[in-house]
Amino acid sequence: MAVPVDTVTKQPQPPPPSPSSLRFAFGNVLAFFILLLIGVLAFSIRLFSVIKYESVIHEFDPYFNYRVTQFLTKNGIYDFWNWFDDRTWYPLGRVIGGTVYPGLTLTAGTIWKVLQSLNIPLSVETVCVFTAPVFSAFAAWATYLLTKEVKGTGAGLTAAVLLAMVPSYISRSVAGSYDNEAVAIFALIFTFYLYIKTLNTGSLFYATLNSLSYFYMVCSWGGYTFIINLIPMHVLLCIVTGRYSSRLYIAYAPLVVLGTLLAALVPVVGFNAVMTSEHFASFLVFIVIHVVALAYYIKGILSPKMFKVAATLVVSVGLVVCLAVVGVLVAVVASSPTKGWSGRSLSLLDPTYASKYIPIIASVSEHQPPTWPSYFMDLNVLAFLVPAGIIACFSPLSDASSFVILYLVMSVYFSGVMVRLMLVLAPAACIMSGIALSEAFEVFTRSIKFYISSLSEFLETDAGDVMPGSNGSPQFDVLKTEKKEDSLKERPSRKNKKKEKDVVVVKEKSSVKSKTEKRPLVLPAEVSFFALFLTVLLGAFYVVHSVWAAAEAYSAPSIVLTSHSHDGLHVFDDFREAYAWLSHNTEVDDKVASWWDYGYQTTAMANRTVIVDNNTWNNTHIATVGTAMSSPEKAGWEIFNSLDVKYVLVVFGGLVGYPSDDINKFLWMVRIGGGVFPHIKEPDYLRDGQYRIDSQATPTMLNSLMYKLSYFRYGVYTT
Amino acid sequence: MEGRSGLTLLLTVMALSSLHLRSCHSSSDLQILTADRRIDLASHIIRVALVLKVQNDGASPASNVLLTFPPTQAKHLALLQAAEVTGKKKKKTLHTLDAKPSDQADGPNGAKFFSISLRNPLSTGGSVSIEVSYILTQSLEPFPVEISQSEPQLVLFRDSSSILSPYPIKQQTTVIRTPSTRVESFTRVEPSSQLRTELKYGPYENKPAFSYTPILVHFENNNPFAVVEELVREIEISHWGNLQITEHYTLVHNGARHKGGFSRVEYQSRPALSGVSSFKHLVAKLPPRVHSVYYRDSIGNISTSHLRTSYSKSELEIEPRYPLLGGWKATFIIGYGLPLKDVLFEADDGKRYLNFSFGCPIAETVVNKITNKVVLPEGSKNPSVVVPFSVERRAETKYSYLDIVGRPVVVLEKENVVPEHNSLFQVYYEFHPMFMLAEPLMLTSVFFFFFVAALAYVHMDISIRK
Repeated sequence: MAVPVDTVTKQPQPPPPSPSSLRFAFGNVLAFFILLLIGVLAFSIRLFSVIKYESVIHEFDPYFNYRVTQFLTKNGIYDFWNWFDDRTWYPLGRVIGGTVYPGLTLTAGTIWKVLQSLNIPLSVETVCVFTAPVFSAFAAWATYLLTKEVKGTGAGLTAAVLLAMVPSYISRSVAGSYDNEAVAIFALIFTFYLYIKTLNTGSLFYATLNSLSYFYMVCSWGGYTFIINLIPMHVLLCIVTGRYSSRLYIAYAPLVVLGTLLAALVPVVGFNAVMTSEHFASFLVFIVIHVVALAYYIKGILSPKMFKVAATLVVSVGLVVCLAVVGVLVAVVASSPTKGWSGRSLSLLDPTYASKYIPIIASVSEHQPPTWPSYFMDLNVLAFLVPAGIIACFSPLSDASSFVILYLVMSVYFSGVMVRLMLVLAPAACIMSGIALSEAFEVFTRSIKFYISSLSEFLETDAGDVMPGSNGSPQFDVLKTEKKEDSLKERPSRKNKKKEKDVVVVKEKSSVKSKTEKRPLVLPAEVSFFALFLTVLLGAFYVVHSVWAAAEAYSAPSIVLTSHSHDGLHVFDDFREAYAWLSHNTEVDDKVASWWDYGYQTTAMANRTVIVDNNTWNNTHIATVGTAMSSPEKAGWEIFNSLDVKYVLVVFGGLVGYPSDDINKFLWMVRIGGGVFPHIKEPDYLRDGQYRIDSQATPTMLNSLMYKLSYFRYGVYTT
Repeated sequence: MEGRSGLTLLLTVMALSSLHLRSCHSSSDLQILTADRRIDLASHIIRVALVLKVQNDGASPASNVLLTFPPTQAKHLALLQAAEVTGKKKKKTLHTLDAKPSDQADGPNGAKFFSISLRNPLSTGGSVSIEVSYILTQSLEPFPVEISQSEPQLVLFRDSSSILSPYPIKQQTTVIRTPSTRVESFTRVEPSSQLRTELKYGPYENKPAFSYTPILVHFENNNPFAVVEELVREIEISHWGNLQITEHYTLVHNGARHKGGFSRVEYQSRPALSGVSSFKHLVAKLPPRVHSVYYRDSIGNISTSHLRTSYSKSELEIEPRYPLLGGWKATFIIGYGLPLKDVLFEADDGKRYLNFSFGCPIAETVVNKITNKVVLPEGSKNPSVVVPFSVERRAETKYSYLDIVGRPVVVLEKENVVPEHNSLFQVYYEFHPMFMLAEPLMLTSVFFFFFVAALAYVHMDISIRK
């Protein structure tokens, strides 16, 4: 209570709303600095990989993105659009410009260009490595904006700080993880923020920005279909629950029109933006919202009686038309080969689809459904806070909070289908948990404040001079709690102010009335203190877990392996050894055959032509390589020779004990090969249904090219 | 094998016998009383020491002594140094003499002349002792050309048993030192003998001018034939106290090419028998007090290196990503920083100068082409260079960290560089310390204007409707 008095005396110039405006300004500055620190936190927590390992591109897909970025910075944007890459999918090649989501590449390329024009000589690689951490900071800020629109600044800051270090997002955005998701999550959250902002303000300006942000999302990641399905769902929800407003119309209609037009500009999407069924929901809702808008308009100009008559007429005619439209739609969908749905999208709706029909999708570990521990690993305490957040969102339910709830529910479903979509769930969980934590803090601190104010009031009314010690200690507590909550969020401090005002009012008026006003939200002080302590502890657990996850679990670049043994750290750099050898000691035009896992890395690090790569767009071609690997030596050689292959890259970990080598993946090669070439039969490679590579292995297995390459002269070394 | 080398030998002998007939060519009347030649074949860099005692028999004083090299050797000659010896054994003193390619027309069969300028013209009847040392690179020819992982590397060395000279030589001996006792064969020109690792040719008496008897030594040499095809060193001076050196290497094993498969397990488990001629590690001698040393290539850090620092020198032991077998290549980058006060000094006339080593810091390597780029700080003027041997010089401009006018770059290029070229060179330039403040001031003003703009924006109301 000492603080506001000070501020009142200190400011002489602006006369009327002096204490509140100054506190407001102070709160804004504080929020700004907290946001800045959140950005720093989000960036720096992702640098473990650079500090523990090195500044290097990670894993598989990032190498492809890095290579594309190199091409872009070297040859310019026009060559990039027209780039036909003859280094992969030999002899087919691949049109990179038309089959790649260019958002990430263009972003990093632009950053590099800007730096270059300022004469800051950062290499393309460095820019690529640090793009993800930078965009994580942006994503944290976007989360702040989104949550602020839903539940205010305090919740926004809490959600931002949670997102800055949510392990699920860290796993995809550590320094070096130069993948689409790194920028796409920012774009996703920012698009949602602009949607909510438009919904709250009804401003066309934000609606336009929303379309542009959606365009950036479409450029960045195939996950944009999540947005273009989620927003229509929310609009439909609003309409069904009778929440239609002109703001909703402004938020939705421009997005569909502008967004679809812009999306069609991206070569990889093109006419898919209007032709595939992933987008149909948005058009359907577009029609619905117009019908509803018309209905509201007519309702406005007709008398209630007339409207009733008109409604029955329109509904009966409309039903017929709708049926016809639905019939046409179904016919269109049914006539396209995969029923208008791409394989990945189908596996979203039917989790068992991929494993049943597309072995190539099923063979990727990140396309598997997640296990329960992975929820705990990736979300940690957020998983428990989310329900509380949902409850908080229902009181009161607004357009914005209903959207967040819908987002959460949908993303929970999708994360259950495919482990890598956990990434989409993470922001929703952070927002919900942020709201929950912020609400909890608000309630606890408010009750403590109330307790203290009633205490001081009691003391004042009771006697003028009591022991100074007992008077001083609660005040000290107030300051302490104030500090604590200020560091976490800013909103409660405004609440405090309101509270303090109330306290002044209380002093003047009867105390009974104020107590009845406050009672529903006030807890006993001891409980509040304890709960506050527990909540802080919960937060601390989350921080500890996140830092551990960032440092230990998610920063390994996977091209360098390390192992700790009794005589120190061992570094296995065999992948790069092989790629470097290929790059320096083979002819530039030599073809290298390997399983598709190593395709991107071979083209990027060794700069040699590969037969198949991680893009996996041509199942037959992959099956050809799988067949060659599963065939006997002579047949395998013939296949490879027909593909002009000069080198075969095989990863074998049998000698040093590296488990994820090619012989371990071999059964997938058999399955994928057998899917196209029926003479490869999986049972031939299994002994009584068991996958064996020892003396019990079947003759087909022992004679397969992969087995022979892996165990070439193995006996000489082990005996 | 024997048949082919025998045939080449025969052809050379025939070619040179015609040379003998025309040996009256000799221009002056000098003659060499004694000549001792020691050829060291221990590594792939051939170091030759030649001690001549020259006497003037002519009427007029002679100021130059000519040396002759066959064209193949002249092409691979990396360094030629000569010194005049005065005094007897104990009190021997050396005076460096100037040795440079002679402008005289080529001798018989394209033999190249190099002339040594004597300190004092040699009067009639006088004699002088000259010590010549020269270095030949890439003159060992692997034979067989391709070897498998388990085979040792054998090489051929071609020279003449008698010293090629435009003057008659009264008495001469040649000693060839091989790295091991394993010599497959050597041409016998009596009297010749082998004693452990030394082959001795001579003494030969009264050989006329331009006499040449080809010899061929076939021996085992498992030393790594480390050749840096191109080395680009960027030496960047920052007056904030640091000298940053970045060296880009293209390294190749220039010995017998590898054939067949490579077994890493065998290579590691039996290092004495497998891949003996490959190189596992290289040692780079860096100046003392280096810091921030890194060793990487285009795809990231190479984790196999050790740095040992001591008072007088630092040693960086590096391994390429893979062992380099014959014919294999690798590229990598070594970078390090040095405290500026160790290498940058102020001259008497107020100029600053950088005093730094020229060559490749890796021991026993030949550099086909070296490019030293000295990046001077922005705003420095009038660079001048002092190098103890001839180099090609160019000027460039480099833009780095917020530069506006760019940094002047002095580019020094030289081909065929051996470790003996690792001497110091100096770059002088003028620099005003005010330029150091340019970039901090620029940044400060940018932020200042940014804040001013933000201030202005907050206080402005640009809405159309009130």
